[in-house]
Amino acid sequence: MKRGSWAISDLLRQGALCVVALVWLFPYLWMGLTSLKPLAEIVSSPTLLWPKQPTLDAYREVFHALPLARYFFNTSVMALGIAAMQITLALPAGYALAKLRFRGKRWAFGLIVATLLVPAQVRFVPVFSLLASVGLVNTLSGLILPFGVSALGTFLVRQALLSVPDSQIEAARMDGASELYIVYRLLAPLLKPTLISLFLFSFVSHWNDYFWPLVLTTDEHARTLPLAIALLREQGTGVRWHLVMAGNVILSLPALAVFAAAQRHLLRAVTIRGFGG
Amino acid sequence: MKPSHLRDPYWMLLPTLLLLFVFFVFPLAMLVKHSLFSWDLLTPARYVGLGNYRSLWRSGELWHTFGTTLSMSSAVVVGSMAAGLALALLLDRPGPWAAFVRGAVFSAYVVSWVSVGLLFLWLLDADAGIFAGLWQLFTHGRAPRWLADPALAPWAVAAVTIWKITGYALVIFLSGLQDVPLSILEAAELDGASKARRFTSVTWPLLRPTSLFVATTSLISSFQLFDVVRVMTQGGPVRSTTVFVYAIYEQLFLDLRVGRASAEAVVFFGILLLLTGAQFLLFRSEESP
Repeated sequence: MKRGSWAISDLLRQGALCVVALVWLFPYLWMGLTSLKPLAEIVSSPTLLWPKQPTLDAYREVFHALPLARYFFNTSVMALGIAAMQITLALPAGYALAKLRFRGKRWAFGLIVATLLVPAQVRFVPVFSLLASVGLVNTLSGLILPFGVSALGTFLVRQALLSVPDSQIEAARMDGASELYIVYRLLAPLLKPTLISLFLFSFVSHWNDYFWPLVLTTDEHARTLPLAIALLREQGTGVRWHLVMAGNVILSLPALAVFAAAQRHLLRAVTIRGFGG
Repeated sequence: MKPSHLRDPYWMLLPTLLLLFVFFVFPLAMLVKHSLFSWDLLTPARYVGLGNYRSLWRSGELWHTFGTTLSMSSAVVVGSMAAGLALALLLDRPGPWAAFVRGAVFSAYVVSWVSVGLLFLWLLDADAGIFAGLWQLFTHGRAPRWLADPALAPWAVAAVTIWKITGYALVIFLSGLQDVPLSILEAAELDGASKARRFTSVTWPLLRPTSLFVATTSLISSFQLFDVVRVMTQGGPVRSTTVFVYAIYEQLFLDLRVGRASAEAVVFFGILLLLTGAQFLLFRSEESP
């Protein structure tokens, strides 16, 4: 009796797992399948699962219509630039806040924590006019600089450095190490897991960012991939869903690939972000 | 520790503080200043005092935006928390299959809002979308126009948002479940407590701080919803999905009203601060997760 009820609850659980997997994976599958269908099939039979005549025409057309290489380049430079700059600046700042005694430390720390409260969606109006007044609209620098410092990153680096014993730093100083050496060569490797998580999270969220590139770019020059793919739907006569979905596959594959390769680090980033701020 | 040179800490902090000043502190001051002017970016700005705030209030626009944002955010928070908790309980077990399903749910949180918005725009398409197709197959009637009906669109967008961010609630609840001591659960089982009873009397009370945390953080972030609205509905139909950030964006880039956009952003920031303050107070009274 006991064994029987066990088997049934186990079966229910397995069934529930399948439903959950279906709910979250079917949209991706549908995206991929749509991108392989010719437009005629899409319009005539909405529930047709498998393409009758699978074709890569949609991808060919998207590559032909859009300067995808440029968008890839812009998006990568922006996301890598932001992530690298955030880490590079967070290390010395976090070190000073965690380990050094100096006047004004509480003020500096207070300012950094206070800026955690100001999201990009609040500051975009004045930041836009500021960047416009110095001619940085439609440039990659304009996309990178406003996010060059991460208050959260600085805070988390400081927290992580608090647990590094002073003696380790003092020993390095005795050996004649400069402060820069201590920060980037001695402490950075000790914080490797935190830094990797921060880097990946920052990279993925800025790779995906739509809001800021939308606000700051008006032409091809600095346009990023999410913006270009979203425009794919707004252009032209009628919505050509096979093209939009082909573009969507191109946009989401890199993020999904990073996710598949580094799921552990991203999960870690979400949990420390969650509990750190 | 004593710095080896007195100046060391200052140059180490200089780039960080400089950028924070230029891109956070200064913009906030400018935001407040702009909100007191009438300015269209082309002609010179004109001082209007609190005029922008008054007209936002009188036109009823502020209440409408606030109401839309609040109802959509509440639906998102309740939905994603319920789904996240249920999935955490279901998936809190070893084995590759459970890990795979966890990854599938969480992947939606990693993919961009644009991808998710476009994807569901297509799934929900009234003419050739799969949902409309299935609806027609089973009911032989016309499917409701989910995104074109002002009564349905906010909930459709909220549902898409729930699909996207449930992975966040799932991850935080899973790490909360790690902290529920197995010994207490086993003791309750020995005492003859049913599965449901073990959940209501042991697991849920111990998860309270975690759920409070998930609730407040998801509320604050869903108040900032924009991308999915911009991609799926552009605030429509008839402004039924015009949430705060979209309203500010619209004022600035479609209507070129910098003053009103700034005033609305100031109010929006005030609301976010209130929410954060409430979160802080709640956590001081609870033990932190």
